[in-house]
Amino acid sequence: MASDDIYILGINMTKFGKYPDKDTVDLAAEAVIAALADGGVTMRDMGVLAAGCLMGQGGIGQQIQKQVGQTGIPVYNVSNACATGATALRTAIMAIKAGECDMGLAVGVEKLAGVGLLGGGGSPKSKSKEWTPSGRFGSVTNTDGLLGTATMPGTFAQVGMEYGHKYGGATFELFAKISEKNHAHSTLNPLAAYTKRMSLEEIMNDIMISYPNTRPMCSANCDGAAAAVVVSGAKLRTLSKEQQRRAIKVSASILTSDPYQEACQVLPDVNTLTRIAAKQAYEQAGVSPSDLDLVELHDCFATAELVHYDNLMLCEEGGAVDFFNSGATWRDGSTPVNVSGGLESKGHPIAATGIANIWEVCHHLRGEAGPRQIEGAKVGMAHVIGLGSACGIHILEKSAL
Amino acid sequence: MTVTQVPLVDYLVLGDSPHLTANECTACGARFFDRRNACASCFATDFKKVKIATDGVVRSFTIVTFAAPGVPVPFAAVIVDCGGTSVRANLVNVEPTPETVTLGMKVRLATYSLGTDDNGTEAIGFGFEPA
Repeated sequence: MASDDIYILGINMTKFGKYPDKDTVDLAAEAVIAALADGGVTMRDMGVLAAGCLMGQGGIGQQIQKQVGQTGIPVYNVSNACATGATALRTAIMAIKAGECDMGLAVGVEKLAGVGLLGGGGSPKSKSKEWTPSGRFGSVTNTDGLLGTATMPGTFAQVGMEYGHKYGGATFELFAKISEKNHAHSTLNPLAAYTKRMSLEEIMNDIMISYPNTRPMCSANCDGAAAAVVVSGAKLRTLSKEQQRRAIKVSASILTSDPYQEACQVLPDVNTLTRIAAKQAYEQAGVSPSDLDLVELHDCFATAELVHYDNLMLCEEGGAVDFFNSGATWRDGSTPVNVSGGLESKGHPIAATGIANIWEVCHHLRGEAGPRQIEGAKVGMAHVIGLGSACGIHILEKSAL
Repeated sequence: MTVTQVPLVDYLVLGDSPHLTANECTACGARFFDRRNACASCFATDFKKVKIATDGVVRSFTIVTFAAPGVPVPFAAVIVDCGGTSVRANLVNVEPTPETVTLGMKVRLATYSLGTDDNGTEAIGFGFEPA
């Protein structure tokens, strides 16, 4: 292991679900304590803490410290939409890369159970009915619902339909089949919020949220936390053989935002920045898409999973529909995607997601995934995207030991 | 008494031939509908107003059946390619169903009244209708 390599030493996710009696600090502390124990280290070993809780009031990192250990280390509270967890991890990695410390901690937590629809809405501009232009568009009233939709299910529905317009074949049934796959995968994941297998008919006949996304095709709002301990190669060499054996190499850690494209300020462009991040990640890791034994990608909606097959170059450009129909992304296929059940069934406690998907990949690379183990997994990818936009991609590799 | 009209957004131009306008970067041609500080594509700061084509093609859509409180559903939200400039709007004057709304359908700009406020000012909104 090279001195400047980065490894995941310890990692943990809580079960995702409903925790009426626990607050965000409780959940984050549970993940942190377990991640430290998993890595065989303590808060005393940490040189940096990066923490995120998108819907929180700020200062989540310090609140967590006050429960798990206040050692005076720098704390970075990060916020980057659905890429918040990946951003926290990348912040800790950057601190190690910069030589400021040799071990760091990243944690993401969210309480979203029962929150309901995200995005859109907004309050009326004034109490009295008076058409007065204001804001960047000089609008006289809230335009959500008048000029398209700002809801997350609607936005990502359009992302998927746009792919269909460009390449064809992206039908309601196809998107529902993607959801069917992820719900089937979830039955093997005891930490998923929902583990019920659903038939194609059940999915298509469920409540329509924003065509073509029905309710089970949307990510599940739930509570949860995930935390990871990262370490430099140099430091890892001083640790035990068992720690070295279970450590997972971070072969690529990438974060991008969306470069200007026509229409990107009209409908968020989740494609360009993902494609750029993927290209950078493959180059940094020195691997190709065909080397990936499993991929956890950001299926915040079934319509999103389709476009990311293409953006992550798991298939030929324009070939995502055929790629899915070939069975490639089922757990027994050539490129298993979202064997955790994905955000549609595992759940999507926003800031936790970007570390929980790393946990899933590490679990397989360590050979510890039990009944849902992808046999012989050596290389995996974790991808998240936050609207606005931010894309985080990590490529992970099994220890050489 | 003449009723004063005000557009829903300042990039909707009312009058005999209603149309949308954009702020076009004089350096690179990138178009924006909002008030600008600089160009997101080339960072220049000079813009001119340009008229956007009123005919277009539906590039993407969704039929929203769940929205924030106070937003009437269902409605069809569309992204319309108006001669190379993308516009976000609702589809109007057609039932919002997967059978009636299709990718690639030809549409044109249409305006409608959003009602009159306490001062007698009428707001005019826009959408796209089948062409």
